Amino acid sequence: MDPSRTYDVLVLGGGNAALTAAITARRTGVSVLVLECAPKGLRGGNSRHTRNLRCMHDRPSDVLTEAYPEDEYWQDLVRVTKGKTDEHLARITIRQSTDCRAWMVQHGVRFQPSLRGTLHLSRTNAFFLGGGKALVNAYYRAAEDLGIEVAYDTEVRDLNFRDGQIVTAIVAQHGATREVRARTVVAAAGGFESNLGWLKEAWGDVADNFLVRGTPYNMGRVLRVLIDKGVKPVGDPTQCHAVACDARAPKFDAGIITRVDAISLGIVVNKHAARFYDEGEDFWPKRYAIWGRLVAGQPDQIAFVLIDAKAMGSFVPPVYPPIRASLVRELAQAVNLDPATLERSVAAFNRSVRPGTFNHAILDDCATVNLTPPKSHWARPLDAPPFFAYPLRPGITFTYLAVRVNDRAQVMMQDDKPAANIFAAGEIMAGNILGEGYLAGIGMTIGTVFGRIAGREAARHVLG
Amino acid sequence: MSSAKSIPSPLIQQGEWFMRICNACRYCEGYCAVFPALERRLTFTEGDLNYLANLCHHCGSCYDACQYAPPHEFALNFPRILAEIRGATYQKYAWPGFLAGLFPRNGLAVSLITGISLALFLLGMAIRGGPAALVSSHGLGEGAFYAVVPHNAMVVIFGAVSLAVLTAFVIGLVRFWRDTEEGFRALVDPVALGRAVMDVLRLKNLDGGGEGCIYPDGRPSLTRRRFHHLTFYGFLLCFAATTVAAVYHYIFHWPAPYAFWRVPVLPGTVGGVGLLIGPAGLLWLKIKRNPVVSDEGQTGMDIGFLALLFLTSLTGLLLLVLRETPAMGGLLAAHLGMILGLFLTMPYGKFAHAVYRSAAVVRFEIEESRPLPKYGAD
Repeated sequence: MDPSRTYDVLVLGGGNAALTAAITARRTGVSVLVLECAPKGLRGGNSRHTRNLRCMHDRPSDVLTEAYPEDEYWQDLVRVTKGKTDEHLARITIRQSTDCRAWMVQHGVRFQPSLRGTLHLSRTNAFFLGGGKALVNAYYRAAEDLGIEVAYDTEVRDLNFRDGQIVTAIVAQHGATREVRARTVVAAAGGFESNLGWLKEAWGDVADNFLVRGTPYNMGRVLRVLIDKGVKPVGDPTQCHAVACDARAPKFDAGIITRVDAISLGIVVNKHAARFYDEGEDFWPKRYAIWGRLVAGQPDQIAFVLIDAKAMGSFVPPVYPPIRASLVRELAQAVNLDPATLERSVAAFNRSVRPGTFNHAILDDCATVNLTPPKSHWARPLDAPPFFAYPLRPGITFTYLAVRVNDRAQVMMQDDKPAANIFAAGEIMAGNILGEGYLAGIGMTIGTVFGRIAGREAARHVLG
Repeated sequence: MSSAKSIPSPLIQQGEWFMRICNACRYCEGYCAVFPALERRLTFTEGDLNYLANLCHHCGSCYDACQYAPPHEFALNFPRILAEIRGATYQKYAWPGFLAGLFPRNGLAVSLITGISLALFLLGMAIRGGPAALVSSHGLGEGAFYAVVPHNAMVVIFGAVSLAVLTAFVIGLVRFWRDTEEGFRALVDPVALGRAVMDVLRLKNLDGGGEGCIYPDGRPSLTRRRFHHLTFYGFLLCFAATTVAAVYHYIFHWPAPYAFWRVPVLPGTVGGVGLLIGPAGLLWLKIKRNPVVSDEGQTGMDIGFLALLFLTSLTGLLLLVLRETPAMGGLLAAHLGMILGLFLTMPYGKFAHAVYRSAAVVRFEIEESRPLPKYGAD
């Protein structure tokens, strides 16, 4: 980082979207500086915790089976977001997801077939060999080879505007404050999910019981500065990707291993031992990311998923072992629920289960009748001891409050005019496409597609 | 045949916790056999850990890709814990049990044993033919080597040592296999065995899922696999050459030394060159690699073994080139001393990895031939 220079493209952030933008821009010959606020060992933002991206494709290709056409992808997105999406930007993302993989491979990312235990994703999602950190490592190697400068432990504090354009960034590095000059800026610094104060501002005290699954470095500072300087926000600050996490997980950065994927195989009760949502509403990859929010809506933000011996083993085992007991009553005692109430809840559920043919791979006919809330699929009576429980907390992955962008990844100002030299990619703008809900792997797709657009457009702005 | 040493329980506890992290994450599944193998399990016994530790080829790709590696608070260092457990299993399976004590400070033990072997050959020669035997020219006449070291002495010494080594490894293998809780009947599976042989011969688990492991410097590379091939096939060629020489001696009654172009010498030479380049390359990679993934307690063992292989080959090749000079006697003693040191320490040093890792690969292919348990299969 050289304060005497004016960088052509200043990339704020160091994850997938940031590096994709940096590499794309650098390949046109412009100079690029990447500012990553994490230390090198924890670089990459939430990309470190990812494992795949969702790709449209018309025929089986490399690691993807069958076909996943544009319209099906779009319909899936409409369903999970309940229509809260920008169709124009969403369709750009979907269409351009087709040729992301070739670009990624060119820059060192390797793919592998769908992981064991995730076969339901083999059609739609391409998995990175080694996961997201391997991808991040590959991009940093590519960046190094291309002569991109990277500054770690470097936090953006402020952005100075002149005539509606960013001219410098004020950054803090090793306790010193510096000013970096740039011709264009790509904001790819993530959401505000690690900022407990801001979460509390949005959610109230409820946020005290949230776990942050991802990087502790996404404080939302760039997002806040941009909004404060007149960039148009989009989205609801309480909307986010949040899963049900094991309540025993650490406060930050536990990633995927504390996710409990047993919900569609059992029932979920709150602290009053009462069920509160349809556990079998849809396939798990389309539902896992709403359960954080659902648990957040329960008293004390705690819930418990209960399964019996039939279900044990048919989901990826979470890192913390389940609490087990041979009777429902004993299980209730072990997790501090009222035994009589839990027995009643389980009995009511068991009574309402209609006979069917259990098949977790399809939307099967095992459903409850006359039960509120219902369980629409994969409902089997909880009757085979031992019984198991996992305690659940809302585990927030990333927030959807975003800066508004256009199809050139340009950031939009309050007057609905694009800022000439500010572009955005990744989580910081994902809320344009994700108003709520989540579709497994689409975060990396948005980051990659808009990272490439932002890099290309920023370079074009410099080169004129 | 009770096991002499058990694995220290802190290792087992930490290993078990790390395995559960890996089993919940699974991102490294494509790198090697360790991850598909652990994903077949919901919980991990000591036997499971010992099996998986020996299945690991210690390339470090999983560390590079690990979202939980230090400075993350979980401080997951999977290759290192597996290396530590693996080292402990070598002691656990060693026979006779008291020789397990050779594993700690193994570099020193191997050097001493080799040094003593060397000294014994020199001393034996000197006692038999006087100091002049070591430096006088013997020409290349029939049986010239045996004028220096009697053939019967060679046969008795190396025959006895080979038998001891073989016994130690058979017992070690039985101990390993029992530890995995797999029945011996499972071994009667020609398809799985065939796959395992191919995995071992190709070093499948060092391909990092295709383009190579992250070794030694963060970029996918097949270098280690190639140096290991040179070492392994070099060793095999030298071994085959010795076997052919034995056949010449006993069946055809053609005593050594043989002309350069004769069958035992040519593959022996080619193998010897492999056994120079391979270990040197592996040593170079070891120096370059990220040290955090290694168990530094085993560095002496690794270096001792590589150095011994290199010196065995070097003395053999020098013997070939200088066998008509006065240096022959001394070089023959040196070469035989190195080989004796190598053989004596085989079950109590790095060579053990060839036995247990191959057995672990066999176990893996047997498991893979079975349907996936429903664990984690959705």
